[in-house]
Amino acid sequence: MSEVVVKELDTSGLSCPMPILRLKQTLGTIESGQRLRVIATDPGSQSDFAAFAAQTGHRLVESRAEAGKFYYVVEKR
Amino acid sequence: MAGKKIAIIATKGALDWAYPPFILASTAAALGYDARIFFTFYGLQLLRKELDLQVTSLGNPGMPMPIPMPVILQAMPGMQGMMTMMMKKKMKSKGVVSIEQLREISMECGVKMIGCQMTVDLFDFAREDFVEGVEYAGAASFLEFAGSADITLYI
Repeated sequence: MSEVVVKELDTSGLSCPMPILRLKQTLGTIESGQRLRVIATDPGSQSDFAAFAAQTGHRLVESRAEAGKFYYVVEKR
Repeated sequence: MAGKKIAIIATKGALDWAYPPFILASTAAALGYDARIFFTFYGLQLLRKELDLQVTSLGNPGMPMPIPMPVILQAMPGMQGMMTMMMKKKMKSKGVVSIEQLREISMECGVKMIGCQMTVDLFDFAREDFVEGVEYAGAASFLEFAGSADITLYI
């Protein structure tokens, strides 16, 4: 069941660098292969989440914008 | 970025200038960097247990002002306190965390804080004035780390 989202992190209202720092902290609480869903309102998070994934090896499985919010699914390396 | 290093020198003790070193160091640590900030001169104010960081528009024509104001008025007593209050309020409303919080998170993420011993002595500061977990060192120690760092910034 590696493809199940096991946790959700809501960073709504927070701006840089908090969404990335919370993402990193929360990834520390799940197992390798598990997925985390993240909600953000910081428009900068779109490029930052991609950059985080590229540099850490965690996989950005989903990234979409909808009605002023940003939704991500990150799979822990 | 396992194995990567970032070395930052923080030299400013103003509220606005306090953000870049902590933002970059905490994010770098989250990305796996070995991140160290070397606090020197006014930058040491960022390590105080009780922070009282201020902003000023003086000498800073780029600061956005709610209403245009002649420089001589910006220098009036109480203006700095008012600007600091307004800046903090604005930051809070935009979801920018306080320096206290950001500093704490930085340390939790493993950012190493190094105070410049020469500055501590110069201004007659005491190590007790500063938060726990700070190490104290001089130029040679910074250069030893910075010499092998991938990124070095002077802020």
